[in-house]
Amino acid sequence: MSDIAIDKPLETVDEQAVPATQVRGYWRSVVYRLRHDPATLFFTAILLLIVLAAIFAPLIAPFDAYKDSVVARLKPIGWRDHLLGTDELGRDMLSRLIYGGRVSLMMGVVPVLIASLVGGLLGVVGGFAGGRINTAIMRAMDVFYAFPSVLLAVAVAGAMGGGMGNGMLALTLVFIPPMCRVAETATTQVRSLDYIEAARATGASTITIIRYHVLGNVLGPVFVYASSLVSVSILLASGLSFLGLGVRPPTADWGLMLSTLRQSIYVVPFVCALPGAAIFITSISFNLVSDGLRAAMDVRM
Amino acid sequence: MAVRPVLDPRDRGGPAQPLLIARELRKHFPVKGARGKSVQAVDGVSFTVRKGETLGIVGESGCGKSTLARLLLHLVVPDAGELVFDGDAVGASDGIAVDALRRQVQMVFQDSYSSLNPRMPVRDSVAFGPFIQGRKKAEARNIARAILGKVGLDADLFGPRYPHELSGGQKQRVNIARALAIDPRMIILDEPVSALDKSVEAQVLNLLRALKRQLSLTYVFISHDLGVVRYISDRVLVMYLGRVVELGPVDAIFERPLHPYTKALLASRPSMDPTRRIEEPPISGDPPNPIDPPSGCRFRTRCPFAEPVCESTAPQLAEWLGQDSHVAACHMQDLASGHSRAGQG
Amino acid sequence: MSPPVICKTWPPATAERARVEMDGAAELPLVEVNDLSVKFVSRETTVYAVNKVSFAARRGEVLCILGESGSGKSVTLRTLMRLLPRQAQVEGRVRVNGRDVLAMRPRELRDLRGGLVAMVFQEPMTALDPVYTIGQQIGETVRRHTGCDRKAARGRALELLELVRIPSPERRLDAYPHELSGGLRQRAMIAMALSCNPQLLLADEPTTALDATVQVQVLILLRRLQRELGMGMIFVTHDLGVAAEVADTIAVMYAGRIVEVGPVGQVLSDPLHPYTAGLLASTVHGQPKDRDIDAIPGSPPDMRRLSQGCSFAPRCSRRSAACHATIPEPRFHAAERMIACLNPTVRV
Repeated sequence: MSDIAIDKPLETVDEQAVPATQVRGYWRSVVYRLRHDPATLFFTAILLLIVLAAIFAPLIAPFDAYKDSVVARLKPIGWRDHLLGTDELGRDMLSRLIYGGRVSLMMGVVPVLIASLVGGLLGVVGGFAGGRINTAIMRAMDVFYAFPSVLLAVAVAGAMGGGMGNGMLALTLVFIPPMCRVAETATTQVRSLDYIEAARATGASTITIIRYHVLGNVLGPVFVYASSLVSVSILLASGLSFLGLGVRPPTADWGLMLSTLRQSIYVVPFVCALPGAAIFITSISFNLVSDGLRAAMDVRM
Repeated sequence: MAVRPVLDPRDRGGPAQPLLIARELRKHFPVKGARGKSVQAVDGVSFTVRKGETLGIVGESGCGKSTLARLLLHLVVPDAGELVFDGDAVGASDGIAVDALRRQVQMVFQDSYSSLNPRMPVRDSVAFGPFIQGRKKAEARNIARAILGKVGLDADLFGPRYPHELSGGQKQRVNIARALAIDPRMIILDEPVSALDKSVEAQVLNLLRALKRQLSLTYVFISHDLGVVRYISDRVLVMYLGRVVELGPVDAIFERPLHPYTKALLASRPSMDPTRRIEEPPISGDPPNPIDPPSGCRFRTRCPFAEPVCESTAPQLAEWLGQDSHVAACHMQDLASGHSRAGQG
Repeated sequence: MSPPVICKTWPPATAERARVEMDGAAELPLVEVNDLSVKFVSRETTVYAVNKVSFAARRGEVLCILGESGSGKSVTLRTLMRLLPRQAQVEGRVRVNGRDVLAMRPRELRDLRGGLVAMVFQEPMTALDPVYTIGQQIGETVRRHTGCDRKAARGRALELLELVRIPSPERRLDAYPHELSGGLRQRAMIAMALSCNPQLLLADEPTTALDATVQVQVLILLRRLQRELGMGMIFVTHDLGVAAEVADTIAVMYAGRIVEVGPVGQVLSDPLHPYTAGLLASTVHGQPKDRDIDAIPGSPPDMRRLSQGCSFAPRCSRRSAACHATIPEPRFHAAERMIACLNPTVRV
């Protein structure tokens, strides 16, 4: 066999080796799977509706959500122009639900977002550092984990005096430990893999390795977990408002609405149940969409 | 089998200087929960690697060859011992820094699902090395293209693909490309073909041979497959339980093995001839646990020639007489050991 | 061929039935597979793992199925016991000891597995339950098939550990799998497989995960046990050397089809199929160092899309236009030599 000349490329591998299926990137294959998952698509559509309704509230709400009327109190569904009835102060339920969606979504998403950032950072640092640093971080998280989430949220919100901002802060604190744990697990799993060693062998610094190799693999589980946490967050936020520790009246908020409509439940039961239904539908939609995401992102080819 | 002198511009010591000298490398991993006990993965390993040669390292599980591979790149920091690369001590203030070492020495891992980042397209994985070492992104990408071509993969066809879209052999070519991208002088290959199908294994071995010639590389080739090691190596080092038991030119090791373990290992190879099947196992038992290795000579528990001196004293690998010398760490080789068969070979 | 040893603790009726079957079945092959096809159907793709495979194995003989990853050898083996996942669709006929395995009801299948047919897996650490001792696991199999009590089962387990030459067997009976080394674990798994004197032993790459010095011990053990107990054995491997050590007959599989069958000596010295010849040439065993190895170019095919013709054609140096168009039918070159190729290698 003759010597191969310098710089001449070696015999290229046969095209037999080309897989017949289409070449698809990771994210494209995730999208492909989602597109073919009817259940997830359905609930994503619902979520989209809820979010859009919240964003465009001023444009689509039929009435002013804060205008009360002594005459039109506690009217049932379909009364005159009030599609979903009125509440105990005569305000249109549909409008209040739409505006309430803004608050609930905010209080659901923002704490999870901040907790993802903070908890994720702590988790990645701990997971990658290992040893004592990891132990210190994770045990600190365990302290917060020990408290039931509702109790912790109530305690913190109560201690800080209630209000929307404090409510969101309380929820953020509740969610930091689980996010940290998810990020730490993902980081630890990735840390010992060969391609991380290969990156170290080329002289990459820790920050670089985390940026290029670890984050990509950690973001997936964190994102999926975060989307499922949003559903919990909405429930907890509504709980806080129900107890009076969240937004203050007359702000429209589903939890607060449930609380104020409580006494009227024998008068117009369906109307009083509406905020609960809204919480339920939103929460479950987030939950199911996050499940679908998880299934789609679990690539095992 | 003349070793061509290396003309690499980074060469410092000339062709006679070994590219790598390892002296008494030691690495023990403490066992969690058992105080004082440790896994003696590598325990006093010394050898040299000449410029332009392929040193094969063979051994079974627990012998420490994978740990040794990582010690050579300082991916694992040795507890004791030193490494000298082309005349410069690694890690010493007047020698060569670990970072600089990693520009000249690279590693190819066994093909497994974890050898490439599943979220990165192949060309980015290959370009990562040059990018880290200071090149701009565009330049790194060009280097990646060229290297992918060198390993036989069309850069336009395979570059944008993800690891799960490649076959085992193609993934391993990518691993090799990744190691080559930073233009190393030496490559440590840790079981590079063990996970591949036999038909693909042959392709990758041919590729490695050609690359070595083309790019004037030096290889340290670790494998448990004796046939592969024989084919690709110039010299062979046999490891058992963290120690070197035999070292020498490949033909000498395979045709005139000195150490009882090497003999047993060679006799355990299937003959490929159904009329000459192995009737009796050449050795009994399993390789013992590196946590509690036997005292003295670690092979004595399975050795048919073990005597009290083997228990009390550990045999030493004979001093270097020359680069082609064939030595074994066995009391039977050492005339002064007190073993009844000393000097009989 | 000596008659198989009947398990001493079998209930008499079963032993009697087996003896009756044996007498009338001396000429009947132990395993008969005809036109077996297995495909795995999922929402996204269909994998055609096994495509019209036919072969037979005789009592007391060792058949080695040789192939690389994706060849369908493991799936074929597992079909003999119907050990396939739910999304597998099986067609064809599989008979073991005259009984149709594919038509068996769950109860008959449970009697078959471990009783008539037993299997040894590749990775003993995952095939053995980590929370039970070896003695308990072997005993469980024995009790399941014979209904004997715990003490008798333990006695039988001890007997088996001695049969597979595990040192200090009484102590090892109470050991957990993780306390044993790889070689001992594999021996324990072999003991478990033999516990009810199966007539057919299936081995799925049992030595691939073992070190060289341990592999040779296990191979010698398997050969010895197979001879002493008169079992038929079907052994799946990708390693030609292992096949040479163990097999009486070799069946070479590629892309879900059998391409060549023959006595081991003939197949290894005079391969007829270009793939077999290529495998032999590319197995690294004493080739001269100054030359490249004769590698087979390309990679194994994608089992999701099989070509119309011979699956090996794209990599074959002897291919012709006809090879891409039609699947070669099996032809019998001599009494025991099957070849499925349009251009087999000519004997030199």
